[in-house]
Amino acid sequence: MSLKRTPLYPMHQKHGGNMIDFGGWELPVEYKATGIIAEHHQVRQKAGLFDVSHMGEVDIRGEKAEEFVQELITNDISALKENQVCYSPMCYPDGGCVDDLLIYKYDRNHYFLVINAANTDKDFAWMQEHKLPGVTLENVSETYAELALQGPLAEEVLQSICDTDLKEINYYWFRPAVKVAGIECIVSRTGYTGEDGFELYTSPDKACELWEAILEAGKGEVLPIGLGARDTLRFEAKMPLYGHELSREITPLEARLDRFVKLDKPSFIGKEALAKQKEKGPDRLLVELEMTGRGIPRAGYEIQKNGQKIGWVTSGGYAPTLGKNLGLALVEKEYAVPGEEIDIIIRNKPVKARTGEGLFYKRTK
Amino acid sequence: MEIKENYYYSEDHEWVRVEGDLAYIGITDYAQHHLGDIVFVELPEIDSEFAAGDTIGVIESVKAVADMHTPVSGTITGVNEALEDEPETLNKDPYGQHIAVLKMSNPDELNNLMNAEQYAEFCEKAEE
Repeated sequence: MSLKRTPLYPMHQKHGGNMIDFGGWELPVEYKATGIIAEHHQVRQKAGLFDVSHMGEVDIRGEKAEEFVQELITNDISALKENQVCYSPMCYPDGGCVDDLLIYKYDRNHYFLVINAANTDKDFAWMQEHKLPGVTLENVSETYAELALQGPLAEEVLQSICDTDLKEINYYWFRPAVKVAGIECIVSRTGYTGEDGFELYTSPDKACELWEAILEAGKGEVLPIGLGARDTLRFEAKMPLYGHELSREITPLEARLDRFVKLDKPSFIGKEALAKQKEKGPDRLLVELEMTGRGIPRAGYEIQKNGQKIGWVTSGGYAPTLGKNLGLALVEKEYAVPGEEIDIIIRNKPVKARTGEGLFYKRTK
Repeated sequence: MEIKENYYYSEDHEWVRVEGDLAYIGITDYAQHHLGDIVFVELPEIDSEFAAGDTIGVIESVKAVADMHTPVSGTITGVNEALEDEPETLNKDPYGQHIAVLKMSNPDELNNLMNAEQYAEFCEKAEE
């Protein structure tokens, strides 16, 4: 099966991307001149440009658009203002996650949802299945390219080629029809790196032009960044990844995303199951952990206490900014407290680790 | 990509440098390049015995976990402990940083390995 290519494929070739199969998409894991760790530091210290055009987008319209979205997601958008963005899990009736997504509100009758690439077909089918009369749904993934500009210099660089005052776009707000280098974009102050930054949606035929205009505006201070660093950045900032911290089998409460689960909302899919789980407390919970022995915790590694399996690593690796080997893990609740000594089974050998709190990256400004 | 003369090479992209009956082994420039940023090295224990092809350690990069094999049989007489604290030196100086030293039990095995020229061709094919 041939891999799908984003509209920015020519840019990855031009900049020497090491291309990999990423869930059926041919995307750069890193660029030859830099590498994952250098790209990671580039985003934390200056700014980086990502191709995230593989993400899925769904347009929802109609008189009952808001009612419909409210039913789909665990978060509450009733107080969301026009041009505001909201993060939410989307659950099955049993509380497991269909996906996690961003909801952009144009107005009560029009929402724009951004979903995980690998889940696009599944999510769209799920939405269709639960559609209310008077709502129209459109999978518009093919009509948008998505670029992410992330890092402390992101605002300054983007402002230099943008017709809108970016100071007016607060964190988790957006503006439609912004002109960036003369190209019409939806611009939101969102991202997946733990840094300040923007996500830009534009027409696929303008994607390369936009990419080049941003790099040029960056005057060498903005570099293209691959998916390898996207993962180390999001992990180091403790942002959940579907299929790891959230999945069909993992509820948002187990992943400690309680603040995105609004059980006081009149109704949503999964509410009963999640309310029940909340009341008695989940049997297992996500924890932060840090290696005290030598080794790197990787996703899927078993976690033991006194020789008994108590959970597994959901994401793990070397955190470049912190210089530590960290992990996120789902463990039985009695061990989900800071300071617990546990063993991670690395290549059939137990290696010591400790659960903690506040081990992960938080930007200071 | 750098390939050193007078070294022996395996198909797993390890190199061997011979001093008397000792084999210094490490990973090639090709290997470090393909692994990417190396962040962890697990070394073998001194005095342990291995046959050619055995896994003697592990090298982890940000994106991958890779086994390190020995291209020759023998007993481990030394390891490069500095790699435990600074694994990234394998990226910077792959031929200058051995991973382990083996006292060879069968130096004839060196004949099964590639020389620099053969290895260069092997890498070229792997890239196609």
